[in-house]
Amino acid sequence: MNAAITPLAYDVARVRADFPILATTVRGKRLAFLDTAASAQRPLAVIEAVNRYERSSHANVHRGVYELSQKATDAFEGARERVRRFLNAASIKEIVFTRGTTESINLVAQSWGRRLGPGDEILITWMEHHANIVPWQMLCERTGAVLKVAPIDERGELDLDAFRALLSPRTKLAAFTQVSNALGTVLPIRAMIDAARAVGALTLVDGAQAVAHERIDVRALGCDFYVFSSHKLYGPTGLGVLWAREAVLRDMPSWQGGGDMILTVSFAKTTYNELPYRFEAGTPHISGAVGLAAAIDYLEALGIDRVHAHEQALLMRGTSALLAIPGLRIIGEAKEKTSVISFTLEGVHPHDLGTILDDEGVAVRTGHHCAMPVMEFFDVPATARASFGCYTDEADIDQLVRALGRAREVFG
Amino acid sequence: MDLKDLYRDVILDHNKQPRNFGRLEPCDTSADGNNPLCGDRLTLTLRLEGDRVTDIRFEGKGCAISTASASLMTEAVKGKDEATITRLRDLIHETLTAHGEATLPPAELGKLAALAGVRDYPARVKCASLCWHTLGAALEHHAQRHADNGPATVSTE
Repeated sequence: MNAAITPLAYDVARVRADFPILATTVRGKRLAFLDTAASAQRPLAVIEAVNRYERSSHANVHRGVYELSQKATDAFEGARERVRRFLNAASIKEIVFTRGTTESINLVAQSWGRRLGPGDEILITWMEHHANIVPWQMLCERTGAVLKVAPIDERGELDLDAFRALLSPRTKLAAFTQVSNALGTVLPIRAMIDAARAVGALTLVDGAQAVAHERIDVRALGCDFYVFSSHKLYGPTGLGVLWAREAVLRDMPSWQGGGDMILTVSFAKTTYNELPYRFEAGTPHISGAVGLAAAIDYLEALGIDRVHAHEQALLMRGTSALLAIPGLRIIGEAKEKTSVISFTLEGVHPHDLGTILDDEGVAVRTGHHCAMPVMEFFDVPATARASFGCYTDEADIDQLVRALGRAREVFG
Repeated sequence: MDLKDLYRDVILDHNKQPRNFGRLEPCDTSADGNNPLCGDRLTLTLRLEGDRVTDIRFEGKGCAISTASASLMTEAVKGKDEATITRLRDLIHETLTAHGEATLPPAELGKLAALAGVRDYPARVKCASLCWHTLGAALEHHAQRHADNGPATVSTE
């Protein structure tokens, strides 16, 4: 590739300089961090925003009349507004802060889900993370509703016709991932949302693996719930977002009870706060929200589209480099993928692979990726997964390829 | 810390050609072990005379460390009584979890000492110890003589 003719060349070296952790060494080797799909690293902008908040603005929110409490409230509510703009949501009333994607889904299952009864159906796909399977199974156990699962094919793509065929007036909710964490597959969520709406079902999109790679516009998508985690978006852990259409959220019963979610409490009757606070019991993760807002600022300044183009170029390069290794099988070969490569190497168990790669400074995830049905479908106990982010560079991929060569040597 | 210390020749050999692989039918006791985090699974079947293991086999799927550890274990415990097995189990446990210590593993361990390299890779200790937990469950199951309760199951999680 000739850099001179590449328009708007993406300067990955400059991006890498924003992430202090990338300068660390592992077992004396350069760190090739290829586990961004599990948790993205934090840029200095996020680390410093959290640090500034802790040093100069922390107090509890929505409570004190003193200046510091007002500063904290402004920072926290400013972050909510930042998330609203990021998703193009209609109102901050629709932005509920949670502990993460998992809690967002559980909130929907336990609050909205109370209306379900025997004979109602929930439709998911075979590609879901356990977080988008188990809460629905628990809901079905409680209510007598039925969980339906749309199948996938051997390339790791959704069978859209089968998905459509599983929808019926009994379907009350279709809950599906936008991007498969184990395979990288990008699902045709627009078509899925349209099909579900046509039978009157609500839709929940698990955006955990999508938000860092493409622009999200919840109003254009037309879904009812959109959930994601801060730490997959270069923000702090312990914080997530539930976006829900205001009309849907207003109809949902309160979930956890406690402070902040109430207006008045007496032993005779408690009245509840307005949206979104009615769903945020207790003191929230204020510094996390501040960090998330900084992460969104950072990613949008880089340009999500440019990051995406950079990652796609690496995906192509990484895929062909890996396929050149004898005995290597890529699991998940959908036409449209995010920068995730799941693979197995003949004769080497993924966990041995993980250890040998680590010895070479390469961090990849090995295991079932909280998607055991996917592993079962492809008849593998586990895979190794390399996933990329805005800071991944060609040297990371070269290091991975060299380390895989070492694994083949060890297991000769 | 060196990768060669983890993947010693003995380990690689037992991974490639596991000893006592398969299933004893009939058997006096058995147990299933699984490590949900890794997807490692194994089934142990044993024949006993009194509290002495006269024969043992394992089958299952797992990483090199878990396969080699199970294979080495079957060789080490065959013909041994329960007290000796418990002693070996404790020694192996101490050896696997002696993170950062440079001491030599006790001579009593014999070939099992090849697993000592695992101590520098804490994330892999469960792989090596799964078979020993499973053996403990099989023997305990036998002792309880709940023959009609089906095989015991353990999980390292």
